[in-house]
Amino acid sequence: MLELKPERFELSDYGSQPIAISGKAFVADMSGALYWPAEKMLIVADLHLGKGTAFAVRGTQMLPPYDTRDTLLRLVRVIDAYDVKTVVALGDSFHDSKSFEFMNEDDRKILTVLQDERDWIWINGNHDPEIAEQAGGSRADQLELGGLVLRHEPRIGPVTHEIAGHLHPAAKVSLYGHSIRRPCFIGNSRRLIMPAFGSYTGGLNVLDQAFSPLFGNDGFSVWLLGDDGLYPVATRRLGPDRG
Amino acid sequence: MTETKPKRRKSTRKAPAKQRSKAVCGAELPPVIGQWFRQRGWAPRVHQLKLLEQGKLRRPTLLIAPTGAGKTLAGFLPSLADLIASDGSAERKGAGLHTLYLSPLKALAVDVARNLTTPLEEMGLQISVETRSGDTSAAKRQRQRKRPPDILMTTPEQLALLLSNEDAEYLFADLKTIILDELHALTATKRGDLLSLGLARLRKLAPDALCIGLSATVARPSELRSYLVEQSEPETAMTMADLVEVAGGVEPDIEILETEGALPWSGHTSRYAVPDLYAQIKTHRLTLLFVNTRSQAELLFQELWRNNDDDLPIGLHHGSLDAGQRRKVEAAMAAGALKAVVCTSTLDLGIDWGDIDLVINVGAPKGASRLIQRIGRANHRLDEPSKALLVPANRFEVLECRAALEAARDGTQDAVLNRTGTLDVLAQHVMCVACSGPFYPDDLYEEVRSASPYANLKRADFERVIEFVSTGGYALRSYERFARLRIEDSGMLRLAHPRLAQQHRLNIGTIVDAPMIKVRLVGRKGNAKSGRPKALAGGKVLGEIDEYFAGELKHGDAFVFAGQVLRYEGLRETELYVSKAFSRDPIIPSYPGGKFPLSTHLASRVRRMLSDGETSSALPTPVAEWLGIQSERSVLPAPNEVLVETFPRGQKHYLVAYPFEGRLAHQTLGMLLTRRLQRAGVQPLGFVANDYALSVWCAKPLNDCIEQGVVDVDALFEQDMLGDDLDAWLAESNLMKRTFRMCAVIAGLIERRHPGKTKSGRQMTASSDLIFEVLQRHDPHHILLQAAWADASTGLLDIGRLGEFLERVQGRIRHVALDQVSPLSVPILLEIGRESIHGSTADELLREASLEMLAEGEFE
Repeated sequence: MLELKPERFELSDYGSQPIAISGKAFVADMSGALYWPAEKMLIVADLHLGKGTAFAVRGTQMLPPYDTRDTLLRLVRVIDAYDVKTVVALGDSFHDSKSFEFMNEDDRKILTVLQDERDWIWINGNHDPEIAEQAGGSRADQLELGGLVLRHEPRIGPVTHEIAGHLHPAAKVSLYGHSIRRPCFIGNSRRLIMPAFGSYTGGLNVLDQAFSPLFGNDGFSVWLLGDDGLYPVATRRLGPDRG
Repeated sequence: MTETKPKRRKSTRKAPAKQRSKAVCGAELPPVIGQWFRQRGWAPRVHQLKLLEQGKLRRPTLLIAPTGAGKTLAGFLPSLADLIASDGSAERKGAGLHTLYLSPLKALAVDVARNLTTPLEEMGLQISVETRSGDTSAAKRQRQRKRPPDILMTTPEQLALLLSNEDAEYLFADLKTIILDELHALTATKRGDLLSLGLARLRKLAPDALCIGLSATVARPSELRSYLVEQSEPETAMTMADLVEVAGGVEPDIEILETEGALPWSGHTSRYAVPDLYAQIKTHRLTLLFVNTRSQAELLFQELWRNNDDDLPIGLHHGSLDAGQRRKVEAAMAAGALKAVVCTSTLDLGIDWGDIDLVINVGAPKGASRLIQRIGRANHRLDEPSKALLVPANRFEVLECRAALEAARDGTQDAVLNRTGTLDVLAQHVMCVACSGPFYPDDLYEEVRSASPYANLKRADFERVIEFVSTGGYALRSYERFARLRIEDSGMLRLAHPRLAQQHRLNIGTIVDAPMIKVRLVGRKGNAKSGRPKALAGGKVLGEIDEYFAGELKHGDAFVFAGQVLRYEGLRETELYVSKAFSRDPIIPSYPGGKFPLSTHLASRVRRMLSDGETSSALPTPVAEWLGIQSERSVLPAPNEVLVETFPRGQKHYLVAYPFEGRLAHQTLGMLLTRRLQRAGVQPLGFVANDYALSVWCAKPLNDCIEQGVVDVDALFEQDMLGDDLDAWLAESNLMKRTFRMCAVIAGLIERRHPGKTKSGRQMTASSDLIFEVLQRHDPHHILLQAAWADASTGLLDIGRLGEFLERVQGRIRHVALDQVSPLSVPILLEIGRESIHGSTADELLREASLEMLAEGEFE
């Protein structure tokens, strides 16, 4: 039986978790961003800016258009919290080719302010193979740094030294008959797949087949994004979405 | 006996001639119908002739009559008389549809159609009667729009669909009569809101159509009467249909089961009573056993068969079973092939499926009106008493059963709160109107307000709904260029693209079920020799279960469904494959909803009973003794008080309150009390709620804290708890998210289905939660959040009722500090650990999972 234990009313140190990849020290943030202290670099994956609006453009659903603003403001907050010299957006930063065009003036301003006084690198993803010139920053298919490769789509096979996004990992934890499904970081000491940062991005269960060629029999760890913290959870606690 | 509904059953009744003399007032039956009555030795009843007269005068009418009074035929008499008189020679302006019959259940429409067709044939009348539902073939539905029958029988959803077509004006141009059956079961719901808007539309398309409502007895007929007619001056006056009321039949013969066995302290299974129930089934022709939830139905069915030494034919009927399976049970009932049927509210409404002579309500009935409906299933005739047995599942339910029994004897009903039409349903209707053709907003506003649930709709809210349908209605006006409604020069609004109409029709309706998964019965998976799994395909469909429950099952798990023990074999997309299994301890599936909270009316009766020494002498000995000890050790509260007890037990300190306001309101109250106790620093650890009481337990000694003034009991229950605390909690509440999802689907923000593909429920859930969170942060006054809040107040959170309670008990809180557990608190304390604990947030659970792993050193 789960009870509200007194000590759990106090916020403990769950805001971020240290993660080591290929011997390099990183800090995984509860927002879903990854900070690389040695490089003063902040990495975010799958922003999907303009996703809500894309439905209206296609004439199907009038979803609330605030996801872009929401995503950007969360990005502002996490950039403010760390000492960030460089931002790397790990691909699928824009939901589709029209997303920047339909982006609201105020949202564009936020983006400009964020890019001020720091480097900004857009890694190309499958949703955004080409990013408008006006979006600022520089573009790259991948980034090699300190023996690590930062790219959008993870390479199949037990590749090492890689940080990627694309898959939108999520995990379902069951405890005391309750279950919770949340976006998560998934990785081992040699590669890391980051959660999607965008406000309307769903998640793919880490037990899905798409993940099995990535980690083989090496095993992996997951860190779930909660409302108040980032929680490492034992893999045996994880369950599939159905069955 | 003036039997009016032709039935297949062999009749053992005689027709008392004396009633014939009463049938003098009002209009006369058309000769051909009169002759048909005489041939059977029957005479029309007073109210049937009265309805005929109302039809002649073209006066809209509400007929209230108990079951078995020949209500349905009465409703059709004006139509039949008119059709006979015109004899097909009436001048046509449109397709020629004469009468539209609407019922809340598809099955009821089919049943009534059958019961009408036979006499029409016997009378030799050339009147065509057809039904229309989701199951009707596309070709037939198409044809029905071009060449409709004289009488069309269908559901509110189908009406909404018909109205969304461009040819709606042509189809309904000749409509003379609209009959609304079982109106009481519709009006206080979102389906009722949708239907009221459909009626308003019909009144525009067919201004001469006469509206007739049929209803069981209700507490406030005026609401139903105003529902039937146009509200022409919504600000100042309520217009009402005429009322024809038939006095109740013979007083029902209701008893509460007295058992030899021990009466349980808590729980809902009534397992203790199964041998008594079996004995009752044996001595009656056909027994209906009503339970409150589908899981209880499965459980009781299992238990009865375990006791079924005589192999009596006992059936099972509930809403998750496959339609084919249900039809089989219904046919077997009608044919007299069954001794008993275990069922849920699926059999509540007026379908006639056999010669039922006993109704057993297992578990407390939760509402006086529901009980009367259910009892009406037995002896579906007016002149004989219905026989019913109430089976309390625990001690508190004994009080509730007695309250329900007294309410039934007094003929009092649960009052339904005045209904205000919801905005999500209005949004759906606006889109429906737009699909049928361009419209002037001013006209539509007047039309909508002519429907009684929307009589008080503000113009500003209407405009916001139009905005929502058109561009999503966001404060950030970014979708104007994609608007779904375009303003023409004339000021009319027109649908931007015909594709939108096609999309809308797939999303019509107000029932947003939890996503369901089909259960298919196949052979055992895997071949022992080859070790290779057998392909999962085909297999008979047993019914549908909640996707959530299916997700909790593991391969090889045994569970009970459709009255069988089944083994989980595999899950593919939206189908769950199972094989037959043998297990002593199968899991009973849980289903969302279905648990009704205790009605306000019964609650006040229970409160009165508790404080009243005299009635308690009429209670069974164990219950009377229990209450006796309670008044010695603690107190029995007066009807206008709420009792709050505090006491230590083990290492914890309990607060137990007894508001009797139903489970939903108690859950909300429990959550709010926990927040307040937390602020007071007494470290609440968890809480549990049932229909009668709630309990919060804490780490710090409550009695001392209250004595020292650290905790003020009166302040704990102050009304302002419905302010900030509630808002803060709602923002993260799953109930609120669920409520929002339903509103979003009904309003068309989130699609149920796309042409050609069904979106899986889980995808829909995930995205609606994300949308809810984002909307709350950036547009907190959005119309859909407003709609969800209004729903939560009356629905899952019962905030409205909680508010009334808090107001009522101000200054009337009877606090008793005890040094040990009180007798009255035993049932709620026993539910701790049985019911899931509320109040734990997702993060606490994650932290727990995380701590557990750190403790095991799995991570460096």
